[in-house]
Amino acid sequence: MIANIARRLGQALLVLLGVALAIFIMLRIIPGNAILTMMGEHADPVVIERMTAELGLNEPIPTQFLRYLHDAVTGDFGTSYSMHRSVRELMGAAFGNTLKLALAAAVFAWLLGIVSGIIAAVKKNGLLDRLFMGVSLFGVSMPVFMAAMLLQYVFAYQLHWVPISRVTDWRGFILPAIALGWNSAGSIARLTRSTLLEVLQEDYIDTARAKGRRQFGVLTRHALRNAMLPVLTMMAVQLSSMLSGAVICETIFSINGIGRLAVQAISGRDIPLLQGTILFSTALVILGNFVADSLYSVLDPRIRRGSEP
Amino acid sequence: MKTTNTVLPTEERLASQIGEAEGPLELFARLAAENKLAIISLIVIFLFVLAAILSPVLTPYRFDEMDLSQRLKPPSAEHLLGTDEGGRDVLTRMLYGSRVSLLVGVVPTVLSMLLGAALGILAGYLGGWVDALLMRLADIMLAFPTMLLAMVIMYTLGDGLVNIFLALTLVNWASVSRIVRSETLKLRESEYVEAARSMGVSPMRIMLRHILPNCIPSLIVLFTLNIPSAILTESSLSFLGLGIQPPNASWGLMVNTGRQFLYTAPWISLAPSAAIMVIVLAFNFLGDGLRDVLDPHLKKS
Repeated sequence: MIANIARRLGQALLVLLGVALAIFIMLRIIPGNAILTMMGEHADPVVIERMTAELGLNEPIPTQFLRYLHDAVTGDFGTSYSMHRSVRELMGAAFGNTLKLALAAAVFAWLLGIVSGIIAAVKKNGLLDRLFMGVSLFGVSMPVFMAAMLLQYVFAYQLHWVPISRVTDWRGFILPAIALGWNSAGSIARLTRSTLLEVLQEDYIDTARAKGRRQFGVLTRHALRNAMLPVLTMMAVQLSSMLSGAVICETIFSINGIGRLAVQAISGRDIPLLQGTILFSTALVILGNFVADSLYSVLDPRIRRGSEP
Repeated sequence: MKTTNTVLPTEERLASQIGEAEGPLELFARLAAENKLAIISLIVIFLFVLAAILSPVLTPYRFDEMDLSQRLKPPSAEHLLGTDEGGRDVLTRMLYGSRVSLLVGVVPTVLSMLLGAALGILAGYLGGWVDALLMRLADIMLAFPTMLLAMVIMYTLGDGLVNIFLALTLVNWASVSRIVRSETLKLRESEYVEAARSMGVSPMRIMLRHILPNCIPSLIVLFTLNIPSAILTESSLSFLGLGIQPPNASWGLMVNTGRQFLYTAPWISLAPSAAIMVIVLAFNFLGDGLRDVLDPHLKKS
């Protein structure tokens, strides 16, 4: 198992290196001239020359890449052009907000998704099943910005239950978390339902029933434990889509998180900031996948005891 | 292969044994019998396509015609979905916007399917370093959060419809290639591919004639399910101002400009949001239905 995890770690690091290279290529090489993109085509040649030297863009490309890697590993992402602060500082401040938002959204999505998925599976084809699955399809199909704006319109504007935006305490995170988690809740509910239904047909469930376990015991002790494995993997995958959704959600609710920072980086044509936010978010996704994979191999006895999946 | 008295099966005959040779009509009949929702969705999609094509005929207004005396008018008989901040008819802009959304749903999805299927089959059938290289590349692309990758690509390429096509193709090919690769791995070991190989059929021909046709059911399902995600990504990009630019109409862009009038004129952004949701829902239903019919392995309980 340790060897397995070590191998996964190696793969994760390799992917991370590839991601760094891909970002490097996209932001520094393909546009031809990163400075022109940043400064506009009519910029002063003197300024362009100074900036080129400052970013090290006049060096050979391999040297540039190695220095960029070195900087990234040491956490030095340079200085933001549009905000005149170090990218690391900006991201540090923003990360806390994104983390809070993502955690709140995750808790909402997982609770709602798993509970409604279980109920739907147990009451298969019943009224609740149809209701939950119908609602979850709406969840899966609704764009984050629509969920966000509907929530704002109904709960903040019409009902005044929560403040509209620009709130710093926990109440400001309620609507964003629901808007962001809505999508994930839908897919988790659907997956929980289908895996649980599959597991409930297995022989060991019959065995447990034959041993005289009650429905509830069968469900919690035997079925859920096995049905939760794919759900766990999906949660890790959703980290990635949550970061995507956070871009929209943070923009709508004016939360100063990583996603909003990335949007500001683009509108400010701020390459160091864009590079930093993208690299950081993607590293988070890779970390999330690695943790989920490792957890999976710890939790699933079939993988834990030896043979490769 | 054993030497027997029977005639060796020709490659053609082998190929005909593989596919169930189901025509689109039989498929449609089976879908209609099993899943009414999928058929309703198909009709909805058809109506959207029709509306997109016929938009100049369906509305008396122009999508970019400003009339400041008619600003922010609520829905009425003249303007069924009201007007926006420039006095433009919201329904008209939505009709024209459906062209963008449908194009953005279909074009990059087709491109990414072609690219993903080609690379997936190559990786799965050839194995070795080709496989390792292509799949590491796919891993790298899949590690990016979709929106952020699309944003960077749009930043690099600049905005515009063609660049959205390119960005979404680059974002989506990797997941297609993963799935096609794993199908190919299974098919590669199957008896008829083994038989074709032993008859000396070239690898290229095996990939095109024996593996690709068997991937088509999965590809159809993927196609239907990737369209809504492309539509969602485009609308998110346009929402952030990185996609379609005014005065052109795109649903995401309309939602974005309407956002500042959410409380005074909610129809501007909620109408196109609803359109996005309906079309995405329709494609999801259709995709689910097709998956149940075409791909029994993936069949849900």
